[in-house]
Amino acid sequence: MAASSSSKFVNRAATPLIYLALFAVWELLAHLLKVPTWILPAPSAIFEAAVKWAPELAHNTWVTLRETVVGFLLAIVLSLPLAILISLNPLARRLLYPILLGLQSVPKVAIAPLVILWFGLSEWPKIIVVVLVCFFPILVNMVAGLEAVPKTMLDLMRSLGASPHKVFRRLRVPVALPHFFTGCKVAVTFAVIGAVISEFVAAQDGLGYLILISTAQSQTPLAFAAIALLTVLSIALFRGIELIERRLVDWTP
Amino acid sequence: MIAATGLRSAPPPSPAATVAVIDLKAVTKVYAGRDGGSVRALGPVDLRIEPGSFVSVVGPSGCGKSTLLRLVAGLEMPDQGTMQRYGSPLDGPSHEVSIVFQEHVLFPWITVLENVLLPADVLSLPKAASRERAMRLLEMTGLKDFADLRPQMLSGGMKQRAAFCRAMLSDPRLLLLDEPFGALDALTREELSLELSRLWQDLGRTALLITHDIEEAILLGDRILIMSDRPGTIRAEIAVDLPRPRNADTVKLPRFQEIKNQVRDIIFNRAQA
Repeated sequence: MAASSSSKFVNRAATPLIYLALFAVWELLAHLLKVPTWILPAPSAIFEAAVKWAPELAHNTWVTLRETVVGFLLAIVLSLPLAILISLNPLARRLLYPILLGLQSVPKVAIAPLVILWFGLSEWPKIIVVVLVCFFPILVNMVAGLEAVPKTMLDLMRSLGASPHKVFRRLRVPVALPHFFTGCKVAVTFAVIGAVISEFVAAQDGLGYLILISTAQSQTPLAFAAIALLTVLSIALFRGIELIERRLVDWTP
Repeated sequence: MIAATGLRSAPPPSPAATVAVIDLKAVTKVYAGRDGGSVRALGPVDLRIEPGSFVSVVGPSGCGKSTLLRLVAGLEMPDQGTMQRYGSPLDGPSHEVSIVFQEHVLFPWITVLENVLLPADVLSLPKAASRERAMRLLEMTGLKDFADLRPQMLSGGMKQRAAFCRAMLSDPRLLLLDEPFGALDALTREELSLELSRLWQDLGRTALLITHDIEEAILLGDRILIMSDRPGTIRAEIAVDLPRPRNADTVKLPRFQEIKNQVRDIIFNRAQA
């Protein structure tokens, strides 16, 4: 009993402890080896910069978060009807899938400057890049989910004389839901990357812009603080989706 | 007992309604083979099911007995022959026919009760009455206390009982049983077979059972149809003249063993019907 509870404690504490240890080693090495701050700042220097620049960091985090979330939600709104269309209609699948696959195969970093050229310097080109990045993982997983219905369940619904509408609502949607969330979790981490890429290309704010400016001005600790915030943002969004998933998909063991 | 459960459907058929529940004539089913050719899975088969009877179909694996059930269910159409249900052409599923599949096919995202109520939802049956009926069916099968659990919390036998409740919810006139106990262990299987036999008698339905278990076929059936290897045809028919209600002791009767040997001999080609 005591052994199992102590091992539980070790399990719980393992992740924070390894992070703490790594930061401590980093801090120590930075001081011992006298690495110049503009090359690799110590964690304490990064924290200092984060406190000093807190208002700027908060503002730019908000900008990137907004682009990411709006783009991600738009991608869901766009991909769901297409996924339904593709899963229900073989012709739509043959027409749409190659186009979407082609679009997906174009590197988003390469289109980002064009998107900004076409849509100007507002927030929209950044949101569009996020949509482009998120769209495909959600669509592919949703199509797979809508088609993952076991044949026996379809037979059951058919034997009850269920209309296609009922089959969709009562069977296809619940079966597809876990797949949808898988797609969302993949997409949301891409979404943050998409937002940063477009901020690299052309922007006046956002964490990507802040990283670009601060490295150009040798404000390396600030760049590191921005990177840390991006990581936290990405993890938080992922966890957020996981939380919603656990609420809605409570049947998979 | 019957009055108490209150689940018995319409009184026994009047003389005017002696038309067969199911009447198949010279039905065959062909599937496309791998090399572009075609494989005959079934037939020609004649099958007549009288109202109120329990027909068991036994045969080796892959003999097309599941295909036969799918045809009777209206889930598939034959390549040749005619099919009638209550004297009308059988051209698709009907809410008067329910299936219990080999797998329970319960949806894991809804409760046991909601699973039992699925036909009511699909067929838009009155909610309160359906709910009451579902609870009574769950009570009859000993699942009342599990109504609000998810099916994955239940044992294999309980899941199959829930599937049976779902099949009975719409008050079907014909119950199709596709190896309903095939996924269960031997003990649960016998227990459920007897339970089904009792329920069937209480509820007064017509039933078609597909199985590869000879004892199960005898224990439940009024008639046993024995199918040949692929393409499956009905090779012999044996009347089961064992008294009802049947129970665990029925298996010990000499007559039971006689019928069992008879069926075995036909299946293993040691006798001609």
